[in-house]
Amino acid sequence: MTAPREPRARPVWPLVRVLLSTQYAYMLEYRAEIALWALSGVLPLIMLGVWTGSGAGEAAGFTPAMLTRYFLAAFVVRQFTVVWVIHVFEEDNLQGRLSPFLLQPLHPFWRYLAAHVAEQVTRVPFVAALLALLFLLQPSLLWWPHPADVFWGVLATVAAFILRFLLQGVIAMACFWSERALALERLLLIPYLFLSGLVAPLETFPPGVRAFALATPFPYTVAFPARVLMGAEVNLGAGFLGLALWSGLFLILFLLLWRVGIRRYSAMGA
Amino acid sequence: MIIEAEQLSKTYRVADKQPGMAGTLRHFVRRRHRDVPAVSGVSFAIAPGEMVGFLGPNGAGKTTTLKMLTGLIHPTAGTVRVAGHDPKRRQAAFLHQITLVMGQKQQLIWDLPPLDSFRVNAAVYGLTPPEARRRISELADMLELGEELTRPVRKLSLGQRMKAELLAALLHRPAVLFLDEPTLGLDVNAQARVRDFLADYNRCTGATVLLTSHYMGDITALCERVLLIHQGRLFYDGRLEGLSERLAPYRLVRLELTVPQPAAAFTGHGEVESLQGNQVCLRVPAAQLTGSVAQLLERFAVVDLEVSDPPIEQIIGGLFERGRVDDSPA
Repeated sequence: MTAPREPRARPVWPLVRVLLSTQYAYMLEYRAEIALWALSGVLPLIMLGVWTGSGAGEAAGFTPAMLTRYFLAAFVVRQFTVVWVIHVFEEDNLQGRLSPFLLQPLHPFWRYLAAHVAEQVTRVPFVAALLALLFLLQPSLLWWPHPADVFWGVLATVAAFILRFLLQGVIAMACFWSERALALERLLLIPYLFLSGLVAPLETFPPGVRAFALATPFPYTVAFPARVLMGAEVNLGAGFLGLALWSGLFLILFLLLWRVGIRRYSAMGA
Repeated sequence: MIIEAEQLSKTYRVADKQPGMAGTLRHFVRRRHRDVPAVSGVSFAIAPGEMVGFLGPNGAGKTTTLKMLTGLIHPTAGTVRVAGHDPKRRQAAFLHQITLVMGQKQQLIWDLPPLDSFRVNAAVYGLTPPEARRRISELADMLELGEELTRPVRKLSLGQRMKAELLAALLHRPAVLFLDEPTLGLDVNAQARVRDFLADYNRCTGATVLLTSHYMGDITALCERVLLIHQGRLFYDGRLEGLSERLAPYRLVRLELTVPQPAAAFTGHGEVESLQGNQVCLRVPAAQLTGSVAQLLERFAVVDLEVSDPPIEQIIGGLFERGRVDDSPA
């Protein structure tokens, strides 16, 4: 019997650097596609057009300037919280590409996370160009947020991305039980659109619906970071605590489901 | 032993649906499943440094066994130890010691040059950049890879991709190699280069290799020992040379005669395998070989005579074509 050989402790930073730089190089190969994805995320800007001049915002205590800033902030938050891990995980699972990843001493989801981060970095110039074009066409929309709001807003956006990544990671675990787990993700699209604050600020919702929305993780993925970015009155502590609690819950669920699900993995297509 | 499998079994649960509308509706309302045994009670042990061929027809259970040995799937029953570990736990210490190369499945990043994938693998296995560069250079030399390493993977030929795939899989210098059809789809030259590389790698590193292939050339060139699996059961575990004795207890006797003879003339001397002019090939039972050869030499004017074992491809091919095994499991 051969004695088990202990692997050397692996330095983390070189791994992170290599994963990110490689995934960035990979994403650059798909820059045209990423530009189209960035364009497809203009729903908050469309909603801005719909809400402007309707008077509905003012009834909820939103001045036209606040409404503009909210939807512009929601646009930025949406751009940097896009998660597609379930698509790639389902495909890798069905086509057997997951197998080589499982045979390496690195959880496959770290690769997916690196791919998401690299995709977001690739997206930056396209989002900046879209915003520049918007401000060029409509200079009145331009506003400079306070540096503290930018700091906390970026932090909240990163946390919102992690929450969305973990939520979709939990749903992706259904791939171990079903070949069409993506359908579950589609089921969540409607509550995400309405309860996150993407199509309307939560303040415009009836009190009952608003209370219901606040009891779900969705407002933390758009409304909270958008309100922080726009400089609105926000309870930062409660917001970040909500993000941490939901993320913690989904992380635990993800790890549990992974542990059970991986036993069912049949290495299809491999 | 570096690989030990004891009564290893795997049963898959598959949906059982009858064709047609009625079958579809019945399946929708009341889904039925049945258990399909893919591997049943397979036991074997492999010593460090051995190169073992794993043979069997499609669906015999080869790949399922490899997946259990690498920990990709969990056995339904039985135990398995590889390099002192239980594979299904997929501990880092275990994963550092093994690799699995699957013919057409690849771990290389499609749109980037192989070097980018190698960098990722090197970082995943904790190799320092100088160490990684040295190993890439060594393996690239052995595999005769050069400027291909900086070309996008999608632009490489199948043979070049397979070699790059091997390099990626061996960068961490695994002690146990599981190779599932590593030469599938390659031309004859590329097959030969991959075989030479595997033989060199085994010689240089002392790695253990378990290899499945549909090309008998791979097996005969690399493996002294073979495992034969059929319908999920192991029915031969031994030397390649001994295989013909066990599965084909006959010899081929080739005669060149001065005068051509009809097939009927050889009745009682063996089964006529081929007859062309004055060249005849007879299949003679091993037990009667001496007597038959003596009679043939006495009865016919023989210019040349040659006795040989039947080609291993013929033995195994015929066995798998028949789709059944007359012999009891090993």
